Amino acid sequence: MSREGLINAALLAGLVAIPLWAWAGDEPFTITLATRVAILALAGVGLNIALGLGGLVSLGHAAFFGIGGYAMGILASHAQAYDPIMESPILIEGTKLMPVIWIIAIVAAALAAVVIGALSLRTSGVYFIMITLAFGQMFYFFSISWPAYGGEDGLSIYLRNDFPGLNTLDPIQFFAICMVLLLLALWFNARLAQSPFGLALGAARQAPRRVETVGLSPFRLRLVAFVISGAITGLAGALFADLNRFVSPAMFSWQTSGEIIVLIILGGVGRLCGPVAGAALFITLEHFLGELSEFWHIYLGLLLLAVVLFARGGIIGLLAGRAATHD
Amino acid sequence: MTDPVLATYGLTKRFGAVTACDGVNLDLRAGEIHAVIGPNGAGKTTLIQQICGTLSPDAGRIEFLGHDVTATGAQARARAGLARTFQISALAMDDTVLQNATLGALGARGGAFGMLRKALDDNNLRSVAMAALDRVGLADLATMRTAELSHGQRRQLEVAVALALAPRAFVMDEPMAGMGAEGSHRMTAFLDGLRAEAPILLVEHDMDAVFALADRLSVLVYGKIIATGTRDEIRADRAVRKAYLGEDA
Repeated sequence: MSREGLINAALLAGLVAIPLWAWAGDEPFTITLATRVAILALAGVGLNIALGLGGLVSLGHAAFFGIGGYAMGILASHAQAYDPIMESPILIEGTKLMPVIWIIAIVAAALAAVVIGALSLRTSGVYFIMITLAFGQMFYFFSISWPAYGGEDGLSIYLRNDFPGLNTLDPIQFFAICMVLLLLALWFNARLAQSPFGLALGAARQAPRRVETVGLSPFRLRLVAFVISGAITGLAGALFADLNRFVSPAMFSWQTSGEIIVLIILGGVGRLCGPVAGAALFITLEHFLGELSEFWHIYLGLLLLAVVLFARGGIIGLLAGRAATHD
Repeated sequence: MTDPVLATYGLTKRFGAVTACDGVNLDLRAGEIHAVIGPNGAGKTTLIQQICGTLSPDAGRIEFLGHDVTATGAQARARAGLARTFQISALAMDDTVLQNATLGALGARGGAFGMLRKALDDNNLRSVAMAALDRVGLADLATMRTAELSHGQRRQLEVAVALALAPRAFVMDEPMAGMGAEGSHRMTAFLDGLRAEAPILLVEHDMDAVFALADRLSVLVYGKIIATGTRDEIRADRAVRKAYLGEDA
């Protein structure tokens, strides 16, 4: 196994071991922190496919995160009120079943990504960043002004949604669900990076002219990557809402988009477990520095500055050196 | 006479007051190397960009394999079998040499399909890519990062990517640019054999290479072709000597 492979394995083992240890010691709060790490890492894995592999700096991934969250909120709120979402022409009811919620979150986020991507990917560079940001803000303001689902106050769910055979209210069981989904996403990301699609996408990032001259469309490659990316971040949003049993427009805010980018930069852009390392560091800082000072973001900012100036590969880059070429 | 593989008719492109390409008629026949030479700023790159579809002409027509391709994009022309190499290498520098060649093989296949299989475990892709690398003499460096290649080796890789496409015609923009004498000789020998496979439209500054290789030459000056002919005809052409070789004849 390569050095980066060992570091990734250690990182993931740590992310599993800490909540198990907390479970044995009956410290549910630590398990919840680890669950937050897993969910934010999953959102980051989604963005990392667009950002790391495709070179697409999206500052609008909060849109997908929020869509996932609201997909869960809308379905679950209707289910808990025994009030169907729609009665005609066909009856659509809410649901409290996680797998169904996930699928709907993924599909909804993917559809939004098709539209946002098709429009945004006509631009590049700063314009791409700005247009994705603008789409994110559209969703933010839409959610604020949509009273049916809580508007500014958001939407509370009394009980966490169900997963067949598990008690999702038990923190360690909910953590296990999130962790398994994170591992699946990482596995998919690893395969994708080395697949024909990943090879072409990576080439489109580095030498788009070359990709065109072999007859492939950089636009299409990027759009597919953007949709996959949005879908995974959407799934993370559904889990995040389920963790908090609460959805609010904050999930759509540009700060959320920024946080997902920040944790990827901290962990290592384009590195498989970069989002995991970044999310772990982010949550740790938020927890410990947040106790010290309300203004803990100052320290986060300094750290980000240090990473950008002195350790461009993030934590993973610092520990594992330059990314290995796959062969 | 058989139909040309690639032909332009009255190709014209203006940038403001400058006519970079002025009614260019050019044809590339099966089995030949047709070199386009001309002083700097003559419009060679503008011509190539129009032929390959990255720049659309203001007037005129381009035919490839008997079809009018004037309105089609660069990707469609590549898929139809027009392979281009760049003057300044356009390669994925962080990827390996083999991965770059595999990109050409993906192009030949018609798309980057598959998200869960490893591209390099695909024996078809791999053998096409390796065969192309082998032909340009880069097979031993297949697992090297492209950024670590020498300038000359990158030029060779450019050609290998084009080879992996199994194209019907090559358009090469200064394949010898920046190569040493030895590399230039090797590339010349290689292109010499390649013309039987697919004809080559060659834009090149290296006159030794051009006169060693070209079956026909066209001389481009200020966007206009002032002469087309065999090596001897071009050598003897007074207008060419005056305009291009800078002699007062």
